[in-house]
Amino acid sequence: MSKLMKIFTGDSFILSIVAIIMGLILGALVMLIGGYDPFEAYSALLTRVYGDSYNFGEAIREMTPLIMTGLAFAFAARTGLFNIGGEGQFLIGMTAASIVGIHVHGLPVYIHAPLAVIAGAVFGGLWAAIAGYLKAARGVNEVISCIMLNWIGLYLSNMIINNYALLDGENRSVDIQPTASIAIGWLSEMMGNARVHWGTVIALLAAVFFYIFMWKTKQGYELRAVGFNQDASKYAGMNVNRNVVKAMFISGAFAGLGGAFTVLGVFGYQSVMASSPGTGFDGIAVALIGMNNPFGIILGSILFGTLTYGSAGMSFSADVPPEIVRIVIGAIIFFIAAQGIVRWVLKPFYAKRKKEKVL
Amino acid sequence: MDTATPVVELKQITKRFPGIVANDSISLKLQKGEIHALLGENGAGKSTLMNIVFGLYQPDEGSIEIDGKPVIIDGPNRAIELGIGMVHQHFKLVQPFTVTENIILGSEPRKGARINYRKATEEIRKLSEQYGLRVDPNAKIHDISVGMQQRVEILKTLYRGADILIFDEPTAVLTPQEISELMEIMQRLIQEGKSIILITHKLKEIMQIADTVTIIRRGKVIDTVKKTETTPQELAEKMVGRNVSFKVDKKAAEPGEVVMHMENILSKNKDGMAVLNSLNLQVRAGEILGIAGVDGNGQTELIEALTGLRHVDGGKITLHGKDITNLTPRKVTESGVAHIPEDRHKHGLVLDFSVSENMVLETYYKAPYNKNGFLQYDEVDKKATRLVEAFDVRTPSIHTMARSLSGGNQQKAIIAREIDKNPELLVAAQPTRGLDVGAIEFVQKQLIAQRDQGKAVLLISFELDEIMNVSDRIAVIYEGQIVGEVLPEQTNDQELGLMMAGSTVKRGAAHE
Repeated sequence: MSKLMKIFTGDSFILSIVAIIMGLILGALVMLIGGYDPFEAYSALLTRVYGDSYNFGEAIREMTPLIMTGLAFAFAARTGLFNIGGEGQFLIGMTAASIVGIHVHGLPVYIHAPLAVIAGAVFGGLWAAIAGYLKAARGVNEVISCIMLNWIGLYLSNMIINNYALLDGENRSVDIQPTASIAIGWLSEMMGNARVHWGTVIALLAAVFFYIFMWKTKQGYELRAVGFNQDASKYAGMNVNRNVVKAMFISGAFAGLGGAFTVLGVFGYQSVMASSPGTGFDGIAVALIGMNNPFGIILGSILFGTLTYGSAGMSFSADVPPEIVRIVIGAIIFFIAAQGIVRWVLKPFYAKRKKEKVL
Repeated sequence: MDTATPVVELKQITKRFPGIVANDSISLKLQKGEIHALLGENGAGKSTLMNIVFGLYQPDEGSIEIDGKPVIIDGPNRAIELGIGMVHQHFKLVQPFTVTENIILGSEPRKGARINYRKATEEIRKLSEQYGLRVDPNAKIHDISVGMQQRVEILKTLYRGADILIFDEPTAVLTPQEISELMEIMQRLIQEGKSIILITHKLKEIMQIADTVTIIRRGKVIDTVKKTETTPQELAEKMVGRNVSFKVDKKAAEPGEVVMHMENILSKNKDGMAVLNSLNLQVRAGEILGIAGVDGNGQTELIEALTGLRHVDGGKITLHGKDITNLTPRKVTESGVAHIPEDRHKHGLVLDFSVSENMVLETYYKAPYNKNGFLQYDEVDKKATRLVEAFDVRTPSIHTMARSLSGGNQQKAIIAREIDKNPELLVAAQPTRGLDVGAIEFVQKQLIAQRDQGKAVLLISFELDEIMNVSDRIAVIYEGQIVGEVLPEQTNDQELGLMMAGSTVKRGAAHE
């Protein structure tokens, strides 16, 4: 577990923390320019999220799918793929879970709920595997196919709900069977009916799975080798194309799980959506903040979830427009991507350390 | 001559990078009209020093004087102003542009708003004649030979008024004929009053052309000597810091049965052109077959075809009589072929993997490294530790990223991995490229040791010396065909050079 320790002491962790601080400072500056009090705003934000159990539970609800889409993006990135299709995979996962949750009858809860969750994972994975297959067999750039699959996924989901599960007169599906629900009733009651669900637990386990799979198994070794250097992998006798499809499937399964949780744990039904919910794209941001590390992603989604969920509180009690939070998030990502700037800020500290090393 | 003001004088230059002192108070004087060779192993700090002179790096300590005046060179533009020109190892030319267009790029002579091509062409023609470069200013870069491209690079510096020319490993990409032409050009430049710094690790060239040699080891100047007062042996010892033998020690080969047989191999590239054209080759057990040839004549394709990385469109490859044509790379490996690839960064290693992880790149899926789908890192590390010790791979730890090892140690790691597979046929493609004398010695010894154990070794190299010294038999490749076979003791550089250029065909010399 020395690797785990390295995450918290390593160079990249420090860089992330500094980038986050710099992003928060930049957001504060924007607030000052706009004539708002940044201290009041940030404290309102934190109070909203961590002030009472209901809001805390709801913030966790906000974070959970972000972990999944973040893992999805990071998994693909670790294998050298740019899976920008988390959005579509999320939606397909949602729809698959809805259909199983609505149309399968008479199963006990311990079979029905897992079945619906698994359906979300499998179909999210298959959706991503389409892009993987196109890349492997036809050389189609996965970015392009993923973007197209996002749109296809959105309208296909709407079409399925409209045709097979629509609640009469409403713009949403009928409710899922109670046996398919993964909500944690007793905890929900304790937390003032905040919509907490088992998906959060699965998300944390998924991060652990990500870690073990990627760094402990033979398959993970192969995927990482392909991700770092396709030529060397080919030379070493690995089947690069097959690995691309596999990697996309697993990546998509993560995103699909996130979608399944949203239906089975939070709403209990699926809306007909006018536009994409954006969770898949936010996952990219989370993965960037978490430096594509599964545990970093958990921290990243806590940050991201806190900021977005808390932004409502910020506008409510400090009268700061919630869009400011988007500026903060944007700035954090910017500083993480532009590590040169952060290193430049840290230069005085590093210079000191370097001198010690040389002497 | 020592009393004259040097054209370039470096005083106590020190440059530090995180964790390493690349140049440790280096002093160097370049006299007018001399060729000053900078000799050192890879990673000795030659390139860092020259990048400082060319303004790409700033020294942490020390100063530079040009013609006795202290200067600060804060960028390549300033260096050019001061009359310093650099001929890089990897040419920086725009392929579809003409020679003239490439040379004037960045300092185009103008006539109103237009570029005055006529004036530029004229000027380049004149320069080319003056220095005996024989470059056609209107030729396109992709139509001219590598040697000619290098002359364009030289012209580029001259066009910008350089008096001090830095050559960075200029002969690495040239054929023997081109090398001797380059030597003549350098002499001509000196006659015309230029001064040259030659970066190299090839002793032969230094003895041929340099006036003064400065030897650098681990960032420090070991010595500066006149060429006339030294010997290659002495230079090598100073460069490496210990005794080295040039003679490759080996017994006579005892070739056994044919291990690998390539018959009428045909392979086409994307455009349908045959890159391997009815190629025939045999390697026997207990012999090293060297493939000589100019870069780009099918060597890469030959290896790829043999190792399963390239589709063979016709012909047959057998290993111990077993057909291995168009098998997957994994199947080829499993049938007993080990491959030290040409490009160790592209094919040989996953640079972002640790040394340990790289050691099982081809065997990770087998027991004991793989157990029920889980990688047994204990076993992997055990193997890595064993190989690192046996092959003297210098690495801080087996968990160090392969990226941070020096080229020589990366190569040792690859060789360790490949030899450890105990192959029937060892394919070594340019195994000593970019390595210093010490590492070259090591690699060549390993190849010979494999041969002595009765393995078949196929050696591809662009270094004629290596081919001549290490091989038991030499096959010359030209335009995708084996155009001749000779025995090293019955041939010489000149004959091989001509065969490599495709002008003579000699067959059967090695078939008694």
